[in-house]
Amino acid sequence: MTVYLPIAELSVNIFIILGMGAAVGFLSGMFGVGGGFLITPLLIFYNIPPVVAVATGANQVVASSISGAITHFRRGTIDIKLGTVLLCGGLAGATVGIWIFALLRRIGQLDLVISLAYVLLLGTVGSLMLWESINALRRAAKNETVTLKRPGHHNWVHRLPLKMRFKKSKIYLSVIPIAVLGFCIGILTSVMGVGGGFIMVPAMIYLLRIPTNVVVGTSLFQIIFVSAYTVIVQASANYTVDIVLAFVLMIAGVIGAQYGVRVGQRLRGEQLRALLALLVLAVGIRLAIELVIPPKEVYSIVSAGLGF
Amino acid sequence: MRTFSRYLLAGLLFAAPLVAQAEPIDFTEKLDIGISTDEIAITSDFRGADLTIFGAIDGADPGLLAQGKYNIVVALEGPKENTTVRKKERVFGIWINTNSMTFEKVPESYSLSSTRDIETIAPPGDMNNMGIGVDHMPLTPIGFIGDGSNLTEFRDAFRRLRETTGIYQRDPGGVQFISSSLFKASLRLPADVPNGSHIVRAYLFRDGLFVAAKALELRVVKTGLEQAITTAAHQQPFLYGLVAVLLAVVTGWLASIVFRRD
Repeated sequence: MTVYLPIAELSVNIFIILGMGAAVGFLSGMFGVGGGFLITPLLIFYNIPPVVAVATGANQVVASSISGAITHFRRGTIDIKLGTVLLCGGLAGATVGIWIFALLRRIGQLDLVISLAYVLLLGTVGSLMLWESINALRRAAKNETVTLKRPGHHNWVHRLPLKMRFKKSKIYLSVIPIAVLGFCIGILTSVMGVGGGFIMVPAMIYLLRIPTNVVVGTSLFQIIFVSAYTVIVQASANYTVDIVLAFVLMIAGVIGAQYGVRVGQRLRGEQLRALLALLVLAVGIRLAIELVIPPKEVYSIVSAGLGF
Repeated sequence: MRTFSRYLLAGLLFAAPLVAQAEPIDFTEKLDIGISTDEIAITSDFRGADLTIFGAIDGADPGLLAQGKYNIVVALEGPKENTTVRKKERVFGIWINTNSMTFEKVPESYSLSSTRDIETIAPPGDMNNMGIGVDHMPLTPIGFIGDGSNLTEFRDAFRRLRETTGIYQRDPGGVQFISSSLFKASLRLPADVPNGSHIVRAYLFRDGLFVAAKALELRVVKTGLEQAITTAAHQQPFLYGLVAVLLAVVTGWLASIVFRRD
């Protein structure tokens, strides 16, 4: 059964889109990530113009983050104050990101930068996570206690000025590194269509030393608003949000996520992290191969419309 | 059709001496075409469409008709846009876009149907002048193109890419005579046919010479919900973005209620 996507201006098989949404939803429920880093490349592999894939991916991230954030809100594991500081940085970053996006599109290097950014980010984050989780698995096998390494109690981050007290997280920290982190994630959201949870969560734990229990909820809180902002700005500036595509992805995604959560609960934390690391690396390698091997066709056509 | 038979008779009586005359000839033949619809609607399950164009040659020479000296070419040109072709090259081990060339106002889609291969209908020079056929349509570069030495490779790449994706196509047997001077042309619109104003152009050739042409407009439009969404996205972009976000919020919220377990 085909469905016509009014903004992407092409007909697609609805079952393939549903399948993609469900698979990504399953993985995002299982690992507790938004899934934007999977959905955008998948849409591009399926010939959706990258400009539409990025903007629509951000829309799907809003839906999947909302249901996660509501759960965390009920449990009281969101630090609204910390999230707001992250958000201020995030909105500024997203604005800069939209501008970078338009610039890259104009000079014809958008596809390259999106691919390179994915390869770099997914490669780095994937390798780090894999390394950490393999060590954890080995320690678990030797029956040692598994603790996340937290060397030293203070690092340079804690010497920065403009300190603020975050009651819920029980930390006293400068707003500068928090806003900068939010800013960087904001750029990624608007250029790559990702929520950025897979980078923000480790950065908050390892760099800012924010207690793990509030990290996921708080990052979801910030992701909702930055993604929503990105969707509105992309829709206003580039007309590239395909609401039909986004809706099909969302429906499949939220249902897939429920099954993912159930499977995720049966696995141990370090096993989950190892699997997620492998997945992240696989997507990164797939994109890296595409950049390096000689393409079948060195020419490409860009129309004034949705090409990139 | 009544006048048509009269012309046929006139043709029978006078065509022979006319042809015998030297060129330039004041052609008596006229071309008429018609389509069953002037609008193609893109619905949610649109998978492309077939378009049939009927036409008649008025005042044709029956002798020449019998010998198959008349040839007809029908082209469907999509809306025209400036189009850029980019070329990737290996830089530091990765493949990136380095060169590009932009062609002025080329059709976004193109379907050609003819009585036979257009290369055998008229000399290539004439086809170039009229811009008939994928190989002959004008591809004028705009902006700086250096010494122009790579013009041919970019033009060839453009034509090849457009034909391999099926958005440009040709059917050298697509025009058939259904009676001595009535013909039928079949054109295929691909599933990704662009929206907008398309032009059907029909050309009549007699023994390698261009005789007459006719053009008709065909609009390809989105309908119903698809049209409403596109209009909203372009005319109320902020509101549209807001609705897209709201839709996501409601979907996520409903999911958290439906699947609530804690």
